[in-house]
Amino acid sequence: MLEINDVRKSFGTKVALDSVSLTVNDGTIYGLLGPNGAGKTTLIRIINGITAPDSGEALLNGKRIDLEQSAQIGYLPEERGLYKKMTVYEQVLYLAQLKGMSLLQAREEMQRWFKRFEITSWQKKKIEELSKGMAQKVQFITTVIHRPRLLVLDEPFSGFDPVNTEMIRQEIIRINQEGTTVILSTHNMESVEMLCQEISLINHGKIVLQGNVQTIRQENRSNLYRVVKIVNGQRIEEKVEKKTGESNNELLNRLSLDGEIIVFEEILPTMNEIFIKTVQ
Amino acid sequence: MMKNKILLIIGHEYRTRVMKLSFLLLTLLTPILFIGVSILPALIMTSEIEEDTKTIVVIDKSGMYESAFTSDENYTFYFINGDLQQLHAEHPQVDGFIYITGDLRDSLQSVSYYSEKQPNAEMLYRMSRQLSDYVNRQRIESYNIPHLKEIISQSQQRISIHTVKWEKDGSEHMTSADMTELFGLVSAMLIFLFIFMYGAQVMQGVAQEKSSRIMEVMIASVRPFELMMGKIIGIALVGLTQFLLWVMIGAIGLSIAMPFVMPDVAEMSSETIAQITSSQNISFIQELLMSLMGINFAKIIILFILYFIGGYLLYASMFAAIGSAVDNETDAQQFTLPISIPILISMYVAMHVMRSPDSALAFWCSMIPFTSPVVMLVRLPFDVVWWEIVLSLVILYLSFVGTTWLSGKIYRTGVLMYGKKPSWKEIWKWVKY
Repeated sequence: MLEINDVRKSFGTKVALDSVSLTVNDGTIYGLLGPNGAGKTTLIRIINGITAPDSGEALLNGKRIDLEQSAQIGYLPEERGLYKKMTVYEQVLYLAQLKGMSLLQAREEMQRWFKRFEITSWQKKKIEELSKGMAQKVQFITTVIHRPRLLVLDEPFSGFDPVNTEMIRQEIIRINQEGTTVILSTHNMESVEMLCQEISLINHGKIVLQGNVQTIRQENRSNLYRVVKIVNGQRIEEKVEKKTGESNNELLNRLSLDGEIIVFEEILPTMNEIFIKTVQ
Repeated sequence: MMKNKILLIIGHEYRTRVMKLSFLLLTLLTPILFIGVSILPALIMTSEIEEDTKTIVVIDKSGMYESAFTSDENYTFYFINGDLQQLHAEHPQVDGFIYITGDLRDSLQSVSYYSEKQPNAEMLYRMSRQLSDYVNRQRIESYNIPHLKEIISQSQQRISIHTVKWEKDGSEHMTSADMTELFGLVSAMLIFLFIFMYGAQVMQGVAQEKSSRIMEVMIASVRPFELMMGKIIGIALVGLTQFLLWVMIGAIGLSIAMPFVMPDVAEMSSETIAQITSSQNISFIQELLMSLMGINFAKIIILFILYFIGGYLLYASMFAAIGSAVDNETDAQQFTLPISIPILISMYVAMHVMRSPDSALAFWCSMIPFTSPVVMLVRLPFDVVWWEIVLSLVILYLSFVGTTWLSGKIYRTGVLMYGKKPSWKEIWKWVKY
């Protein structure tokens, strides 16, 4: 379990994080949302033990996070980077060993990942010879190769085409099902709805929205319904608003007066809409 | 586990540099180039320039100087009395005319050289010397003092002092003050180059890690200080490898050259050395080798390594801090200047110290850690008192701890700063974070 308790961090006079608290339960996928410059990167760096908070604490399984725990964490920063002159093979082994793996373990695990991503033939290539998408795959492998218990992914889908985006999405789900907790920071709201159980939305260094994704969507609903009915043999689709105090059955009765209802469904706001509404 | 990580980083930094072809080439070619550059001018200077024999006609109106000019393989002199213009028209193949109008003792201006081409300096020097020697001799003879010639030649003798140094065990070594100076200077230059070259590599390495954005991944796995020290130590080992390879190449080269130039030199006693020395025909290379043997190599190599490590570490951590503060390598220039100045100054001081190794300037500059690696190296062949060496090393290594601590603080903040070119004020703020 990851706990962030009342964390503050400022750089000079600029306050980056202002009493931020959140809890990420084991085995979940947690979304960290917010506009650019909201303080997400600072929070992510605190979670990784790169930066220390001015006050408050960051705990992983009850222990204050520092580099001693780095072997348990996998981090994919938003700005990707690898040693350009190193070969794929050397690069992956070097970073895996720095995460505490033995050379033997690292080699074995690396071959499995290369097979899974079908990139075994790139091993001897230098990073600078790879396309952006190819380098991203290598970077993803270096992030997860040591089987971290906590995976922090900052914009993991950027730079991938739709096919590879789907592949990475499936990998995240698979790794999560194997027991790894995932923190996902992204602007891709579709992925948030698809993957995350819970989210925190940060704006100007403060948490402005927090909780279960479905609950948040429910709370932000605007009593709108999508209705499809047959009127005089014609198929009609419309958006209707429920009056205050009206029950669903009363609404259905009212709607069924001039035709037969075939679809009746509540319109929940998308995370995209909630994001824009909250931040503005 | 932390210890393992720093070893991993050292290994990585070392391997990626030593395994490169450019390292091997540079290591092998530099000594060859160095020897070439230092020997070539001497070779060119000493080699006889082969030219056709020049024909020179001497028109001597005074009739006194015929014996002043002697022909050899370079110049053939003909003595003809006639009109200058006419002779020139009749013999266009003659290279030049020396025209003497009267007694040179009365007027030194009475001689001129005529030619179509600009005469070269060496030729003019030679001819005027021949002529003035002759005139001088004539003058001396005209005084009619007995044995004057011998007296003068005795008074003009040049004496070259061959220095012999007594070792503690009583054995004697021939030394040469010039060679000692040169050796000190060469090793100081070497340490200067090493500090600069490898310090710059540290800076480049850090700046590259930052600009390629691998930095954030790295410091999520290791402490910034470990990353910095790993790089600094790794690159230091590259430098030491190169230095030791050069020492080996030098030793092998010397042991190959030795038997040719000077057989049985190792078994020579001090008397034979004295004999060789007193006999005038000792060659330059023999003298060089003899005096090289008088230098205590083991001591100098060990101290070279100690000063290299100390000086390099002192500067490398500052170079690392600069690398961490900038976004790209071009921005680094503005910050490298202030830390380059002390090394440059030490090089200038070294030139002076070479002439007076025991001066106050020499003493203080070999104590100040920013100049001591270079300056002390120049002084070493002149046998510096041991406590000075120990004290200067202690100061150097303590200062290294200080600069590394300071640089570590700048580095820690700098590696995560992107997008703006920092000022000195900004960097000072990072120290206090």
